[in-house]
Amino acid sequence: MTQQTAAWLLVLALAGPGAAATAQERRIPLQALRSGITFVRPEIRAMQEDDFSNPGMLWVEKGAKLWGAGARSCASCHAEAEKSMKGVATRYPAIDRASGRLLNLADRIMHCRSERQGGPALRYESDELLSLTAFVSHQSRGMAIGVSIEGPARAHFEAGREFFDRRIGQVNIACTHCHDANWGKTLFAETISQGHPNAFPIYRTEWQTAGSIERRLRACLSGIRAEMLPYGAPEYRDLELYLAWRAQGLPIEAPGVRR
Amino acid sequence: MTARIQLVPPRPKRGEIVEIRVLIQHNMETGYRRDLEGREIPRNCINLFICRYNGVEVFRADLSSGIAANPLLQFHTIAEASGELEFWWKDDDGKQGTERVSIAVSE
Repeated sequence: MTQQTAAWLLVLALAGPGAAATAQERRIPLQALRSGITFVRPEIRAMQEDDFSNPGMLWVEKGAKLWGAGARSCASCHAEAEKSMKGVATRYPAIDRASGRLLNLADRIMHCRSERQGGPALRYESDELLSLTAFVSHQSRGMAIGVSIEGPARAHFEAGREFFDRRIGQVNIACTHCHDANWGKTLFAETISQGHPNAFPIYRTEWQTAGSIERRLRACLSGIRAEMLPYGAPEYRDLELYLAWRAQGLPIEAPGVRR
Repeated sequence: MTARIQLVPPRPKRGEIVEIRVLIQHNMETGYRRDLEGREIPRNCINLFICRYNGVEVFRADLSSGIAANPLLQFHTIAEASGELEFWWKDDDGKQGTERVSIAVSE
């Protein structure tokens, strides 16, 4: 309860002058935002809340080992992740100044690995990439999401919103039809969440492993019988930016646990 | 194979019951699944887990395909003396894992 209260105070603190300008565009008002963890069964919730039984912590622990491994390790530039990576996950996806591309946290880690560390490229959804992403995201736990949609990010934000509203797949529905219009209702045995990206990478009991936001988005696409875009497709990044903006102020939970 | 171990309470008194919690990262492949091309994925489960307390076996479990991935094992023992808890397990692929934690028992 106290943790929840603290999170809400943080939300209120952030919903300052900047938020007023965009309040018109928000379909779920900032005060009504609810993390996905509030829609799951109590057992799953207990699993996430206890750091020992949260299986996602296995990936965090592995990520901590990888952080310091090798001659040109992450730690050799960024030193202690507990300090240098604090708050980083709240700002992604973000524009990479050098290339002008929109990168999410996993892209950034892959980029660092291939450009700066000279190691073998990390594969999407590999254990190593998930571990590092979980470890870095974990450093921002409890901090509020606050991505920038200004400047070059604006076009990506608009594209993401457009994707969110576009009817796709054989079922012919858009993200908005579930996650804006019908959250809180049930779909088969599940309660539909608001679709916030604040706990990734998540440990999903259905997967029996940890997975990225991209994997989760693909699961949604498959559910509505739409074409699954390949990993790394720019459409996912645009959508992730829109989702992060939509979840502005929600505290990061990484590593989250979902059903 | 990454594993996490927790003792509850962390510093038990002599004669007190200690809960030992072990979480092992393992995909516990059931052997019932097929890949996208229809080939059977061979079973690979942790099949044996043993815990020794100062060299004496205090817990043993035979695991099989009914156990979820990344299994969490919780069991109890009585804190008798300070020393070491040793955990050992193996899977169907023949891979073995081991972890050690020290246990400090107060009077």
